[in-house]
Amino acid sequence: MSSPVLPRGSAKLGLTVNAWLIYLFFYAPILLLVVFSFSADKNVGRWGGFTFDWYREFGQNDGVQSALGVSIRVALVSTLVAVVLGTMAALSLERFTFRGKKVFDALLYLPIIIPDVTMAVMMLLFFAQFFDLLDAWFGLSLSKGFGSIVISHIAFSISFVSVVVRARLAGMDDTLEEASMDLYASRWQAFRYVTLPLIFPGVAGGALLALTLSLDDVVITQFVAGPGSTTLPVFVFSLIRRGVTPLINAVSVIMLAISIVLVALSLFADRSKRASAKVSN
Amino acid sequence: MNKNPWLRLLATLTALVLIAAACGGGGDDETSESAGGGGAEASPAAACVAGQTDGDLAFYNWAEYMDPDLIEQFKAEFGVDVTEDFYDSNEAMQPIVTAGRSGFDVIVPSDYMVSILIDAGGVMPLNKDAIPNLANLAPEFASGLPFDPAGDYSAPYQWGTTGLGVDLAVTGEDVPQTWGLIFDPALREQYGLDGQITLLNDPRETLGAALKYLGYSLNTTSEAELEEAKNLVAEATSAVAAYESDQYDELLASGDSAVAHGYSGNFIVQFDSVDDPDQYTYFVPDEGGTRWVDNMAVVVDAPSPCTAHTFINFLLDAENGATLTNWNFYASPNAASVEFIDPDILSDPIVYPTDQSKLEFIADTGEFETNFSDAFIEARN
Amino acid sequence: MTQVLSHPEEVTPEFEKDAARAQSRRGFLMALPTFVYLGLFFVLPFLIVIVYSFATRNRFGGTDLSGWNFEAYRKLGDSVVRDILFRSIWLALITTIICLVLAYPFAYFIATRRPAVRNLMLVFVMIPFWSNFLVRNYAWRVLLGNDGPVSQLSEVLGLGETRVLFTPVAVVLGLVYGFLPFMILPLYAAIERIDLRLMEASRDLYASGWQSFRRVLLPLSMPGVIAGSILVFVPSLGAYVTPEILGGAKTTLLGSYIVTQFLTARNWPVGASLSFVLMAVMLAATLVYFRKGGRTL
Repeated sequence: MSSPVLPRGSAKLGLTVNAWLIYLFFYAPILLLVVFSFSADKNVGRWGGFTFDWYREFGQNDGVQSALGVSIRVALVSTLVAVVLGTMAALSLERFTFRGKKVFDALLYLPIIIPDVTMAVMMLLFFAQFFDLLDAWFGLSLSKGFGSIVISHIAFSISFVSVVVRARLAGMDDTLEEASMDLYASRWQAFRYVTLPLIFPGVAGGALLALTLSLDDVVITQFVAGPGSTTLPVFVFSLIRRGVTPLINAVSVIMLAISIVLVALSLFADRSKRASAKVSN
Repeated sequence: MNKNPWLRLLATLTALVLIAAACGGGGDDETSESAGGGGAEASPAAACVAGQTDGDLAFYNWAEYMDPDLIEQFKAEFGVDVTEDFYDSNEAMQPIVTAGRSGFDVIVPSDYMVSILIDAGGVMPLNKDAIPNLANLAPEFASGLPFDPAGDYSAPYQWGTTGLGVDLAVTGEDVPQTWGLIFDPALREQYGLDGQITLLNDPRETLGAALKYLGYSLNTTSEAELEEAKNLVAEATSAVAAYESDQYDELLASGDSAVAHGYSGNFIVQFDSVDDPDQYTYFVPDEGGTRWVDNMAVVVDAPSPCTAHTFINFLLDAENGATLTNWNFYASPNAASVEFIDPDILSDPIVYPTDQSKLEFIADTGEFETNFSDAFIEARN
Repeated sequence: MTQVLSHPEEVTPEFEKDAARAQSRRGFLMALPTFVYLGLFFVLPFLIVIVYSFATRNRFGGTDLSGWNFEAYRKLGDSVVRDILFRSIWLALITTIICLVLAYPFAYFIATRRPAVRNLMLVFVMIPFWSNFLVRNYAWRVLLGNDGPVSQLSEVLGLGETRVLFTPVAVVLGLVYGFLPFMILPLYAAIERIDLRLMEASRDLYASGWQSFRRVLLPLSMPGVIAGSILVFVPSLGAYVTPEILGGAKTTLLGSYIVTQFLTARNWPVGASLSFVLMAVMLAATLVYFRKGGRTL
């Protein structure tokens, strides 16, 4: 890649300042959240002296730990599936014409448009009847839990992934793939070594969105969860009536720390990979 | 060539699920019709004996409402496992339970929600033989509760009131105990409360407060009375900082509000944690207010109905009931528990209000419920 | 299956038709898994919503499915619902515009960094959102509250005591905070693929900075602008937690109206019919918007 053209003078300054201000905006509440995870007072926002108690309580509270575990597992599984399905959907819509394409296009927007509660209620009724049916026909006695949560999260994440990937694909032609296949690359090779690197920023963006949506969803999850499969957001939501304590801040800080470590690790892995083999761009 | 089998599969799947949806729809229909007939005949009481267990327990409760030690004790005593999940409102819990296959055994609905769940066929009749500790209940709680007069479906868990928490540093020490602090512009002005008020974001509670101020029943089904109450709330909205059902006690303590409409137990816990507890007070205004009671009930398709009965019996035990009150600061309906409850709590008028004559339970008003929610939305429009 | 499709010597009309058919089949197969998934786990459940929208709330707040009618749809004509709708659209629109104005230069800034830095910057946009949604909203409540940092700052600056919490400004701020990443990600994905040498070329041809943005960068990044606007506008329209926590629920917005119908009033037919109408309108608008956007490419 040639060196990008950077804006000059005041435009450059403006862009830089804007970026830093946006980061400040993003991290201001996070800073507060981190600070108060060390506050002895039960009320977030009222400083009660420095303490590690909330972290200690996290270590002893099985409810929070299990909710955190469920959340992470649900987020990872649903993101993975949604990214694969959403990317395929985006490719099919941007690269091909086929019968039913318009319907498919419209269908893909519905999960973005539907209000949370409406989706929650409909999934609740759906699973109740779906499980009754499986029971009546196949004698399968299923109940709501991890599976129904993941299924619902995938259902709303696919669309978000596909919109972001499409924003990347739009207007891109497939000459490079064609060229690679002229050079006897298989269809899979063409996808793996040409298409995927090209659309990767879109796919990665979609994955980040899906992960975030899954980690934040309350209403839908609450309605499709079963006993013992509460996720962290649902757990926190149920706490607000009796007061959200800094325990939840501590959990958030732990999640932030985990994600930062993961990011650092992946950067490290990326760098060593780059060092060993120069990836074509 | 490849297309046909796929299409066929898709068509078959769609057809199957359409049929399923249709069948399911029919099933729903039946439920609601049988609900119209009372629902009592629909599900028989579980054939359990006292102390019997038939599997692990899934307990669906409000957060921070159950002493974890009691759960441990129950596990040890009966050798079953207990999963706890939490909900934040009756309204979120109810559809989850009535849709079926929720997987939960015991729930803790509030008064009016008990009658809704009975009507919707969401809870099963209690087998009273399996809950001998029902005898521990105070007479007023054992029978005659408007939502479940004979206690056939539910057993009271804890009770409390809805009233006003006040920051005396703003209003001064002698503040009149009236809803007028919210609904009377002159009083608001006098005590400096404009923009310092939070009200519950709940049509029945907030319109109920206005109805009480006007001298009506909070379970009115008169459109004219509701209209009056609506206008009061609409007028007061200009002085309201927030409609808030969850963090009103925090907002009061942080100085973001000076008067907060909320539930008794939350205020006690909050006042306990501030530097100067005497700065705050809680009361149910003289015009009267809401009294509520949360109740234990067994879900109609509970996987372990007998364990559920045993669990209810366990919590109605004299000492266990007292443990609960000592832990969550809500009043106990258990007469036998009184001797084990911390005397400080027993003598606290916030927990046990001295004059209970003007308190009312919120009852389900059937079709009139939509009038309440519409009026609440219009009042804030 | 892996035929070479674009060899010029081999192109005959018959082959072209085959190729087109193969192409169509491949597109269909690629869409199929998602199609089936959404058919089973979205469309079928959604049929329930449609059925409920024609039903009636019974005395107990349950839903009677017998006796279909349009009663629930009639209620949508209320002036209250209209007010709520306009208020919500207005708020969502402001949120979307602010997000766009903030996110565009930000996405451009990221896209012009070194590749390794880009990913890092992007991930650091998302990390705050892996904490907890509710906790973030409550953190804003503290920041904007009576003695919070924002009010203290304005006092120091001599602006006097300003209370932002429980005002519409706080709601917009909260929504912008919550949905800004939804704008940044598609914008970045769209801008990053643009060959920025085009900008240089336009500057060489004596275009001003503004002209080369307006005539080169913006048209090329339009798919990102459209995708981002939809991802921000639509969820803001239905948002209800942020308006309640930061706005104090003093006016009703669309999201909380729907929640009220489903949960508080237990009037599922009205909730369902409103959702259905809303979705139909939004879908139509989205498709038109996308097509328009597609044409400007």
